[in-house]
Amino acid sequence: MYALEINNLEKTYENKLHALKGVDLKVQEGDFFALLGPNGAGKSTLIGIVSSLVNKTGGKVKIFGHDTETDLNQGKTCLGVVPQEVNFSFWESCMEIVLNQAGYYGISRKVAYDRAEKYFTKLGMWDKRNDRSRTLSGGLKRRLMIARSLMHEPNLLILDEPTAGVDVELRRSMWDFLLEINRNGTTIVLTTHYLEEAENLCRNIAIIDKGNIIEDTSMKSLLGKLNTCIYLLELCNSCEILPEIDEFQLRRIDSMTLEVEVLREQNLNQLFEYLDKCNIQVGNIRSKSNRLEELFIRLLNNKDEIHNGQ
Amino acid sequence: MGNERILIAFITIIIKEVSRFLRIWGQTILPPAVSMTLYFIIFGSLIGPRIGRMDGFEYMEFIAPGLIMMSVINNSYSNVVASFFGAKFQRHIEEMLIAPIPNSVILTGYVIGGVARGLVVGLVVTIVAMFFTKLQIHNYFIVVSVVFLTAVLFSLGGFINAVYAKTFDDISIIPTFVLTPLIYLGGIFYSIELLPDFWEGISKLNPILYMVNAFRYGILGVSDIEIGYAFTIIFVFIILLAGFALTLLKRGTGLKS
Repeated sequence: MYALEINNLEKTYENKLHALKGVDLKVQEGDFFALLGPNGAGKSTLIGIVSSLVNKTGGKVKIFGHDTETDLNQGKTCLGVVPQEVNFSFWESCMEIVLNQAGYYGISRKVAYDRAEKYFTKLGMWDKRNDRSRTLSGGLKRRLMIARSLMHEPNLLILDEPTAGVDVELRRSMWDFLLEINRNGTTIVLTTHYLEEAENLCRNIAIIDKGNIIEDTSMKSLLGKLNTCIYLLELCNSCEILPEIDEFQLRRIDSMTLEVEVLREQNLNQLFEYLDKCNIQVGNIRSKSNRLEELFIRLLNNKDEIHNGQ
Repeated sequence: MGNERILIAFITIIIKEVSRFLRIWGQTILPPAVSMTLYFIIFGSLIGPRIGRMDGFEYMEFIAPGLIMMSVINNSYSNVVASFFGAKFQRHIEEMLIAPIPNSVILTGYVIGGVARGLVVGLVVTIVAMFFTKLQIHNYFIVVSVVFLTAVLFSLGGFINAVYAKTFDDISIIPTFVLTPLIYLGGIFYSIELLPDFWEGISKLNPILYMVNAFRYGILGVSDIEIGYAFTIIFVFIILLAGFALTLLKRGTGLKS
């Protein structure tokens, strides 16, 4: 069964903005799925429709087989949402917020309290439980929204940029937490601008741009489409003149750094041999950018180029 | 969602709403007590003796039911309009909208919150009134039912106002330009029998007149209108407003894009 099944989803806003143009998307149960796209691509509209906060213009949405037109409330019980922007009452304490959310799903106070303790502890904010939400830092607010979304233990969790504005350490701990709940059976759909995050966490990926899904595949297969890798070579000694090597495209960044584009079928050892012959010693080598980031930019700029394997 | 779960959701909304206005009692309960005390001092003690008796009662005694009703109307309305608009403004209304709560439960929860504040403030104002005049209840059933139904009616009104409101100005326009004039012209301070026939007829188009008079009848036993007619008007308005509010929730007006 699909955790989320979207067919021909259309959304046109009152201002005539055609935000979604017949989107089809399927997310398998148990998946950790990335939904990527530039700002204004339609990600939040899509999430808004799935979570019934935005009215769709056309198409169908099913959450674990429950059609949101005919069986909305059953669909809602399967769904948890962590929105992009903070949307809790600033006047309530963290505990009040999560207990109320559980109450909206018909969960008794006792059960809700136990769950609140579990999730607050896991997210490292148990000692903040009685603090007013407005006093929390940005990272804690994000964690509070994650805890709140899990109070009814949904089968499908949608996270709309959950780590935006969160420091690196906290982001890593949130990744561990999300991987754990995914391992325990919760299907996760993640939107993020940190492509490293999507690459590390997600098994499948869809890229949306201007209201269309332009790529929907497994992460492995998508990354496999990237035919080249760009490396930065940090040199041991200064290089004033760029050596001419036919097989590799070299570019001089500065006297101590070279950039090289390596095709998938090319061998790095070969490059080092050529450089050695030119008396250039490489002290360190690193990838110029995240692979998914490279692909993402190329896809948005020219998706045909990728499809043709160029 | 089963009935038990719906009940939990309903109770959760009520607890949230009641604790909201109790938490800020300095803004919700105290001000009406202060302003009603001033009404009693100025209109009852200072001006009242010069006006004399009205419908056979001391002026202070005559205006007390209307002032209590005015507090109930204002507070039940403003509780729901402020709370629901605040939830929209801070976007935490989304917590409810994504949950499997029937619209009728959301509406009833907010209305009960408004009714609770209306009744609490009504009780406080009644206690204040007892310092100035004696209140002998003529008909308990009518007093309780009219005050409850009126609070329900104006809570529904507040809810609809909040659904349409886009700014904080929008939640004060109706109370300032519609509700307050209707309340003041609703026979709180005078009997409409004192008015010329034309204005008496116009006054009878004001629904608040029926609520004030029905409540006054429950306390003093006198009224300018038929009590049965008053109940009919209140019920009709409740049904119309509840139906309209549910339609707005179903459509997502003011809530969903």
